Amino acid sequence: MSTTRIRATVIHQEPIGTGIYSMQVSAPEIARAAKAGQFVNLYSQDASRMLPRPISLCEIDRDAGTLRLVYRKAGKGTEEFSKLRAENPIDMMGPLGNGFTLRPGKAILIGGGIGIPPMLQLAKELSEQSADEVQLILGYRDEVFLDEDCSRYGTVYYASEDGAHGVRGTVLDALREYKITGDTVYACGPTPMLRAIQTYALEQGLEAQLSLEERMACGVGACLACVCESRETDGHTNVKNKRICKDGPVFDAREVEL
Amino acid sequence: MNTSVTIAGVTWKNPVTVASGTFGSGAEYSELLDLNQLGAVTTKGVASVPWQGNPTPRIAETASGMLNAVGLQNPGIDLFIKRDIPFLNQYDTKKIVNICGRSEADYVEVVERLREEPVDMLEINVSCPNVKEGGIAFGQDPKALYAITKAVKAAAKQPVIMKLSPNVTDITEMAKAAEDAGADAISLINTLTGMKIDVHKRAFVLANRTGGLSGPAIKPVAVRMVYQAAHAVRIPVIGMGGIVTGEDAIEFIMAGAAAVSIGTATFRDPMASIKVVQEIEAYMERYGIEDINELRGCV
Repeated sequence: MSTTRIRATVIHQEPIGTGIYSMQVSAPEIARAAKAGQFVNLYSQDASRMLPRPISLCEIDRDAGTLRLVYRKAGKGTEEFSKLRAENPIDMMGPLGNGFTLRPGKAILIGGGIGIPPMLQLAKELSEQSADEVQLILGYRDEVFLDEDCSRYGTVYYASEDGAHGVRGTVLDALREYKITGDTVYACGPTPMLRAIQTYALEQGLEAQLSLEERMACGVGACLACVCESRETDGHTNVKNKRICKDGPVFDAREVEL
Repeated sequence: MNTSVTIAGVTWKNPVTVASGTFGSGAEYSELLDLNQLGAVTTKGVASVPWQGNPTPRIAETASGMLNAVGLQNPGIDLFIKRDIPFLNQYDTKKIVNICGRSEADYVEVVERLREEPVDMLEINVSCPNVKEGGIAFGQDPKALYAITKAVKAAAKQPVIMKLSPNVTDITEMAKAAEDAGADAISLINTLTGMKIDVHKRAFVLANRTGGLSGPAIKPVAVRMVYQAAHAVRIPVIGMGGIVTGEDAIEFIMAGAAAVSIGTATFRDPMASIKVVQEIEAYMERYGIEDINELRGCV
């Protein structure tokens, strides 16, 4: 598996929610090497923006050589990406990061907000390759997205802040309400959500793979901008810090302090 | 065409290195570019013991630049010698080890540990704005800079480059202090202290509140300071601060730099340093320059 920086081509882009965009790109070199839970760096055409935007992989089609990226328009960089249309070029580097490790048995996938996109590719890989059962708990503020896509690969449960979709409350409220059990938890979302899942998994003795987020610069583990605290001294950094872009973004719940 | 430059007796195949802290020890980038094509690799600052660094967020993007407050996280000299030096030795490029410390004894300890190691030059970081003690404290007072330079020189086997801070009133005073104390070269500029506030959250963006500004935004300041420093001392100057292209590098060389470092540009394009090498050659070809050294300080 090798990382490359390429000029990819946009195939299609559409909004799938308020400020949420789904972009399909042709990037054969990256798609061939990529797996669920990894990410790509997208580069602005505006030379005044020096840092890449790390975006998770929502779907990977290795045969077609395409990637689907679902992201939230959060600032000027992602605003530029949201305006790209079919045939437009986009500079990207990837695949980056470690990705999820597929386990057998019953899987519980938990996505919160813009942490939902990587769960789609993961649900697909788990259902095709390793898991007996795929259950997804998707947490939203209000408006839902990607839930229908996810339902192709597993059973979808909802949690929303306003209660309009599924349980009113958090993803863990939904887990308890629907009495969802399993062997492995895979989660991506805001840090408070991941912290709650970490506590729950450790209490229950469940394996949990948590995908973390932090402001990044290089994306390859050189600059040490995006670190998280680790329980033990890390072999590479030699301190209690792990590099999210390189050693993660997916970590075992037992190895990180959130 | 000659692109090689000799700095304190060490000959680089071309005048381009990478700025400390932006490139790790080269291992991560070695998968993306050929380190043999660089004049030198400058490694991330290393101290006598491992440093944890600052809390996150450690970086923020700004207009044509970025702020960082990584806080010199590093694995310590033991692991560095065991792992990073042998890695770099596989490559045909000069090895510059950047050193940080909290006290004079810290710096001297690392310098001594490196005496028998196969490294070509030492760069002493007396200009990091992101750590409370050491770092910049040695780089903002000419007397303190003189003393630390003297101590490091007395212990060092390899040529010593003192890396200067732009956060001073008069850069020539600092450059002269380093030269007077026996420094073999100086490098500048390190980052400019800055701050960014999130107006929606009414909070500092960086956990450290302040950070070091780098990138094209600081280039004119860097060119001016390199020009001033290069005209104040006889020792070679390594120029850096916002270089993205070969022409940016030529600007620093014309201001008086013997060599240049590429830093933040690598984040936007991992190949940036190699492209700068190629673009310097293209510039020389265009203007019929036989030797890169002809351009040094030509303005």
